Amino acid sequence: MMRLELVKRPQRSALFSAVSPLIALVLTVAAGAVMFSVLGKNPLDALYYYFIDPLRETWSLHELAVKAAPLILIAVGLSVCFLSNNWNIGAEGQFIAGAIAGGILPVVFPDFQNWSVLPLMMLMGVAGGAAYAAVPALLKARFNTNEILTSLMLVYVAQLFLDWLVRGPWRDPGGMNFPETRDFHAFAILPELLPSAGRAHWGIVFAVVAALVLWFVLRKTLKGFEIRVLGQSPRAGRFAGFSAPRMVVVAFLISGGLAGLAGISEVAGAIGQLQPSISPGYGFTAIIVAFLGRLNPLGIVAAGFVLALSYLGGEAAQISIGLSDKAARAFQGMLLFFVLGCDTLIHYRIRLAGRATARRREVAQNV
Amino acid sequence: MFESVLITIATAATPLLIAAIGELVVERSGVLNLGVEGMMIMGAVTGFGVAITTGSPWLGVFAAVLVGAAFSLLFGFLTLTLVTNQVATGLALTLLGLGISGMIGEAFIGMPGLKLGPIAIPVLSDLPYVGRFLFAQDPLFYISILLVAGVSYFLFYTRAGLTLRSVGDNHDSAHALGIRVVAVRYAAVAFGGACAGLAGAYLSLVYTPQWIENMTAGRGWIALALVVFASWRPWRVLAGAYLFGAVSIGQLHAQVIGVSIPSQFLSALPYLATIVVLVLISRNRRLTMVNTPSCLGRPFVPAR
Repeated sequence: MMRLELVKRPQRSALFSAVSPLIALVLTVAAGAVMFSVLGKNPLDALYYYFIDPLRETWSLHELAVKAAPLILIAVGLSVCFLSNNWNIGAEGQFIAGAIAGGILPVVFPDFQNWSVLPLMMLMGVAGGAAYAAVPALLKARFNTNEILTSLMLVYVAQLFLDWLVRGPWRDPGGMNFPETRDFHAFAILPELLPSAGRAHWGIVFAVVAALVLWFVLRKTLKGFEIRVLGQSPRAGRFAGFSAPRMVVVAFLISGGLAGLAGISEVAGAIGQLQPSISPGYGFTAIIVAFLGRLNPLGIVAAGFVLALSYLGGEAAQISIGLSDKAARAFQGMLLFFVLGCDTLIHYRIRLAGRATARRREVAQNV
Repeated sequence: MFESVLITIATAATPLLIAAIGELVVERSGVLNLGVEGMMIMGAVTGFGVAITTGSPWLGVFAAVLVGAAFSLLFGFLTLTLVTNQVATGLALTLLGLGISGMIGEAFIGMPGLKLGPIAIPVLSDLPYVGRFLFAQDPLFYISILLVAGVSYFLFYTRAGLTLRSVGDNHDSAHALGIRVVAVRYAAVAFGGACAGLAGAYLSLVYTPQWIENMTAGRGWIALALVVFASWRPWRVLAGAYLFGAVSIGQLHAQVIGVSIPSQFLSALPYLATIVVLVLISRNRRLTMVNTPSCLGRPFVPAR
């Protein structure tokens, strides 16, 4: 009988740190090809529509940027959380909270129209997302309540609250009873970068800037060191005088704020109003982005485009070969599995051991 | 009236109870599987699909249990053999389950489902007040109660249960005593997966006999919260599940009779209640410290 055996490497493998996400991508594509043939589609066609077709035209490259922007913004924030061992999985809720908070100005005060509206909206979006993330953070810091469960429960609450707003008090009075707010006025729209070429808006710029800033903070500052130490060994962190409870709040505020910014950028840039559903699960997909990017902000930028491609590819494959757009989510889930599995190679060598070799080694050790 | 309310509470509580009791065993062995939601939705879609294609709801239940267990072994392979991070892998399992089930289930949307009917136990079901509640329920209700009793007995009155708890409390000592830690954990994870699959089948074959995408609606997560709420004691899981059943049925009834509170706020109640309960429990450190398996979530690589 064969079995897998892990042998700890003396130090982490630099080679596999770099290539493990690539191995995971290759494995995911291979598994995807199998999945497509099971579904009765030509796997090469399907893969073409998934990964090549969306890259062929300028306008769809813009769409890629539109989808990548929220993913990168959220995932960069999540990397701070995950590195410091705080499991914020409620980014979807913080995204919605940011969109709602930022939406107050154009929806409730539609007559307030001047150049200051947009910056204020962005700030309120950040504040809304951060405030919503502060709830699980403070509960964890103060009462040691499991942040995974509380942050996730708050996603459902945020979704229901948005649903109530757009069907109730915030519904567009002149909107034929559709469950949506009034359209944001011109001052409240996040401008497109190159309006003649496509829809990409300033959100992608925010995302790249946020990634660069956090890369610098994580790599070059004491705060970044503190984040990583507290994540890897809370005990060592305590000896160094770092406060774990304070780090919980800091990490959640950063990631909540960025998720909020992603939310308000999405509604002010891509959608232009609030609707019952404003996100195709960006907050959850961003978890995959964060891990595919190996929790490194620069890696996350690349990973954000890969996952954005899976959204676009899902749409393209549905239109052209009638493949269910649900396949994209299955794809994304598989990708995270392979990423996590391949990361094992960084710290361990994997050896296939038969019973015989194992026994031989035991004998050798006893001698 | 009183009895019919009790019965609806039981239908809301049973899926939570089954999923939570499975996860309790997993966590007692020291593994934190956050993929309950994903395994549950896989069970729901499998149960529904197999039931309508074969015409037998029981085959559906059986298939759901198998798929739940198989799906959990994916998690087991990563976290136990490849020692990946349990939190992240559990999340991956949930995302994967939601994705795959949505894809498989697309063909089932809008199709009429099969319902697993109630089984009345003669004589006992005629008892006043509680007869129908306790003895004229769907078969999975009885199974859920038996599961709680069985898990409680297994964990605290059998040698194998002691072994499982020792693995969860100190895997290094257990390993030194010659217990095969990883094998025990694989078994626990598979049991948890089977239970989650069963809970999913309950949703699509008893609770609402149809397929709706994302029909678990966070129940897998509430089940995880229930385990913490119950501080890892089986009978407290039962109490917690019925408490949550009562909250969610209470809010449904309030929606039906048209309380002037917006329906979205009522729908948010079970989630808010979960948060409140978690805070109340975690405030009491002594209670949680005593029962939390000390190796919960910690990876185990045997020293060779």
